[in-house]
Amino acid sequence: MHASRRTFLKTAGIAAGGLLIGIALPQRGRAAGAGAATVVDSSVNAYVRIASDGRVTLLVPKSEMGQGIYTGFAQILADELEVGLEHVSIEAAPVAAVYNAAFAPIQFTGGSSSIAGSFEVLRKAGASARSLLLGAAAAEFGVDATELRAVNGAVVHAASGRHLPYGALAARAATLPAPSDPQPKPASEWQLIGKAVPRIDTRGKVDGSARFGCDVRLPGMAYAVVARAPTFGATVSHYDATAAREVQGVLAVREVPSGIAVIATNTWAAIQGRAALKVEWVAGAGAAVSSEAIAADYAARARTPGVTIYERGDMAATGSGRALEADYATPYLAHAPMEPLNCAVAFSADGCDIHTGTQFQTVDRAAAAAVAGLAPEQVRIHTMLLGGGFGRRANPASDFVREAVAVAKGYPAPVMTVWTREDDIHGGYYRPQAHNRLTAMLGVDGRPTRWSHTQVVQSITRGTPFEKMMADPRTGIEETQHEGASHQPYAVPNVHVAVHDARQAVPVLWWRSVGHAQTGFAVESFIDECATAAGQDPLAYRLALLADQPRHLAVLKLATEKAGWGTPLPAGHARGLAVHASFGSVVAEVAEVSLIDGRPRVHRVVAAIHCGLAVNPGQVAYQVESAVCYALSAALHGEITLAQGRVQQSNFGDYPPLRLTEMPRVEVHIVPSTDAPTGVGEPGTPPLAPAVANALYALTGVRARRLPLAHTEFVKAPA
Amino acid sequence: MQLDINGHLHELDAAPDMPLLWALRDLVGLTGTKFGCGAALCGACTVHLDGEAARACVTPLSAVAGRKITTIEGIAQSALGKKVQAAWIAEDVPQCGYCQSGQIMSAVALLRSHPRPSDADIDSAMNGNLCRCGTYNRIRQAIHRAADA
Ligand code: FES
Ligand code: FES
Repeated sequence: MHASRRTFLKTAGIAAGGLLIGIALPQRGRAAGAGAATVVDSSVNAYVRIASDGRVTLLVPKSEMGQGIYTGFAQILADELEVGLEHVSIEAAPVAAVYNAAFAPIQFTGGSSSIAGSFEVLRKAGASARSLLLGAAAAEFGVDATELRAVNGAVVHAASGRHLPYGALAARAATLPAPSDPQPKPASEWQLIGKAVPRIDTRGKVDGSARFGCDVRLPGMAYAVVARAPTFGATVSHYDATAAREVQGVLAVREVPSGIAVIATNTWAAIQGRAALKVEWVAGAGAAVSSEAIAADYAARARTPGVTIYERGDMAATGSGRALEADYATPYLAHAPMEPLNCAVAFSADGCDIHTGTQFQTVDRAAAAAVAGLAPEQVRIHTMLLGGGFGRRANPASDFVREAVAVAKGYPAPVMTVWTREDDIHGGYYRPQAHNRLTAMLGVDGRPTRWSHTQVVQSITRGTPFEKMMADPRTGIEETQHEGASHQPYAVPNVHVAVHDARQAVPVLWWRSVGHAQTGFAVESFIDECATAAGQDPLAYRLALLADQPRHLAVLKLATEKAGWGTPLPAGHARGLAVHASFGSVVAEVAEVSLIDGRPRVHRVVAAIHCGLAVNPGQVAYQVESAVCYALSAALHGEITLAQGRVQQSNFGDYPPLRLTEMPRVEVHIVPSTDAPTGVGEPGTPPLAPAVANALYALTGVRARRLPLAHTEFVKAPA
Repeated sequence: MQLDINGHLHELDAAPDMPLLWALRDLVGLTGTKFGCGAALCGACTVHLDGEAARACVTPLSAVAGRKITTIEGIAQSALGKKVQAAWIAEDVPQCGYCQSGQIMSAVALLRSHPRPSDADIDSAMNGNLCRCGTYNRIRQAIHRAADA
C-alpha cells in the first residue's frame, strides 16, 4: 500500500510556495474485491490528498513523538482547507526536498521548530488547495471563483444553491496550476487554529492499534539484536558463535561494523542467542573513560581562559564590590525514550524500505543509502510513530539506522534490529557532561556589574556531516556549547562568556533543550545566588535586571502571580523560580518543594510560557507539563556515569525516570500573543532544575550545584 | 502449546521459558503490548492473567498455560475496559502513547478491585507504570473519571 501510494507522489515540479503539483492516479478502493468502487486519490499538493469518495488525507513530514504535531499540522491545514478535523486522516509524508525545514536542507523534527517553522507554509498549502478546489468548482459550475465559498468539505455557490463535495472536485483541482500567491484566511476567521482541540491520534493509542516502529511486521521478517562494544570505540577482535547458533530460533550470526548481530525468528531468541555469544574486543579510545575524572578535569579547565564566545563592556575595569563565584556540574544523561530504538530494513530488487521511528529522515536516508550501496532515492523511509524521541532519534551519525541496514544487507529477508533497554542505556549519544563556572561582581545596589561564564563541554556534531553547518569556522565551537550562556538576558554591563571545547570518546547528542539544559541550570542558579547575596527577593531582583526583556517580564509576572509568589505556604514548604529563553520562547517556572525523609519532593510547578501564537493551547500546556516531568526526572535522579570505560547504569532500576508518585501538580499558563509561533517542545525543560534547586535553597539554605540533586544532602533549616 | 488470548485459542510452537511479551508480539502478532525494559521495571508490557495485572516481559509461557490472557487489544471486551478507554480519550491522556497500553491495563485491574480508588490506591497500583512523556496527572484524572462514569 505504501509503495503504490508513494509512486504517485512524484515531484512533477515545484511550484511557487514550495508545493508539489500532484498527479492523480486511480487506486483500488478500501474494500478491494468484487464490485468495489474505484476511488481516485488526487494529490492537490505536497500536504493534501483528496480521494474521489471525499476522504481527505494530510501528509505530515514531521515525526509524531508525543508532541502532538499530527494534530497541530492537521489544525492548520484543515482550517485553511475548510474541512472538519473529524474528516481528515494523517499519513507520514515520504522523504522529499519539498518537506525540508526552512532553515536547513533536511527533513527532520527537532529544535522545537515544527510549528514555528511550518506555520506559514502550511497555511499557504491549505489555502492553495482550497483555491484549487474553488477553481475546479468554478469550471464545473461555469461561474467565477469569487462567487464560490468553501464550506466544510464542499464548494458552495450560494447564488444558485449548487454545491459539490471536495471528492467530486479533487481530480480536476489536481490538474490546475497551483496559485502563485495563495491567500490564507485572516486570523478572525480561524475555526481550528488557536483552539485547544483534542488530539486526533488518541484512539489508536488506547486500543493497541497505533503502530510504532517496533510494531512493524513485514512478511518473513526476522529480528536481530547486536552485541555492541562494552566500551566506546572498542572493536571486535574475534568471536565464537557456536553456542549462539544452537539457540532455538536463531537464524544467523554476522559481524557488522558495530559488533556481532544475532538474527532470529523472534526477539527473544535473538536476545538468548546474543547472551550465548563469546566476543573478544580490542579496546579503543574509550577504554579508560571515567566520568569522575572528566568532572575533575572540567572543573580545573573552567578556571582557565577558554575561547571567548561573547563579550560586552570591559571586564578589566576594576570596580569594587562583592565578588561571587560558583561552579555547576551536570552529568551525562541518556534520553531513554519509552520505546527503545528499532529499525526494520527490507531490501528489494529496486532498493530498500526502512520502517522506523526517526526524527531525521533525510540524514538517515543518506546514511542508509551509503551503507546499502544505493542512491538515496532508492531508500524509502516510512516514518512510524515514535515512542518518544527527545533528540535520541535525531542522530547526525544515524547510528541505529546505519547499523540496521548493515545487519539486513545481504540477508535474504527483512530484518528488524531491536535494542533492549540495556542497549539503550549503554548505547551512548548522551547529553554531554558539562561544567559551568560563573563569577560576578555585585555593585553597591546589589546588581551585577561584571558577569563571567565559562563552560567546558563536548561538541555534538564534531565528526558528523553537521559539523560544517554548526561549528563557527573561526573558533570551531558550535552553538550547543554556549547557548543559554551567550545570550543570558540580564542587564549586566560587563559580560564575558567562554567555552572550553572538550573531547571525549563518549558520543553525545542533543537531549531535549540541548545546551540550554545545563547553561539554564547554571545561569538561573547563579542569578539566584546573586539575589541572595544582595539580600533581595529573587523575583524582584530578576524583574529589575530584565526591564528590557518584555517576554521574560511577562512570563515571570504571570507564573509568580498564579503561583502566589510571596504568599504563605505550609510549614516545611518553600518556593523557587527560574526563567529561561530557548527556541524563540521564554518560560518561567515556580516550584514548590519540601523534604520528605530528607529527600526533595516537588509538590507543584506553575509555569508560564510565551511562545507567540499558540496553535493548540491545550497541547502547548501539555508539552510544558511533559518537559517539567522529563526535566524533573533528570534533576532528581538522572545520571550516566562511566568507570573504566564502562557505563555503570543499565536499566530503569539504576536510571530511574520520574514515577507517578513523584509527579508534581503542574499548571501551565500561556501569555496571549498574536506573534508568529515559536518553540514549545523543549523550552519548558531548562527552568525546572534551577527552580527546584532555588526552592531547596530557600527551604534549607543548601545550594545544590551539582545534578542530579541526589548528590546533595539537604537538611531542613531550623525554623 | 495453547494460549487463550482475548478469548481466542492460539497454538504456539515456542520454548516454555519465552516471556509472554515476545510470544504476543512476535509470534501471535498482537503488538499493542509494549516492550520497555524487559525486567518488570516499567509496566509497558502489562497484560491481565485471569483478570489480574501481570508484567508479560517476566512471565514465561510455562506460567500462562490454562489461564485467560487479556491484552490491550481485548480490553474493550469488558464494559470496564471500554469505560477506561473512554476516560482516557476524554482526558486526552496519551502523548507518544507508547506506555499507554500498559497504563490502561493497570488501571482496569485497579478499578476492578477498587471501583472507587483513592489517590493512595492509584499511587500504589500505578507507580510501576512509567511514562517518559509526563502524562501522570491526566492518568490519575482519567482513573477518577472512569470510576465516576
Ligand atoms: S517491559 Fe515489562 S515491565 Fe518493562
Ligand atoms: S505517553 Fe509517552 S511514555 Fe507515556
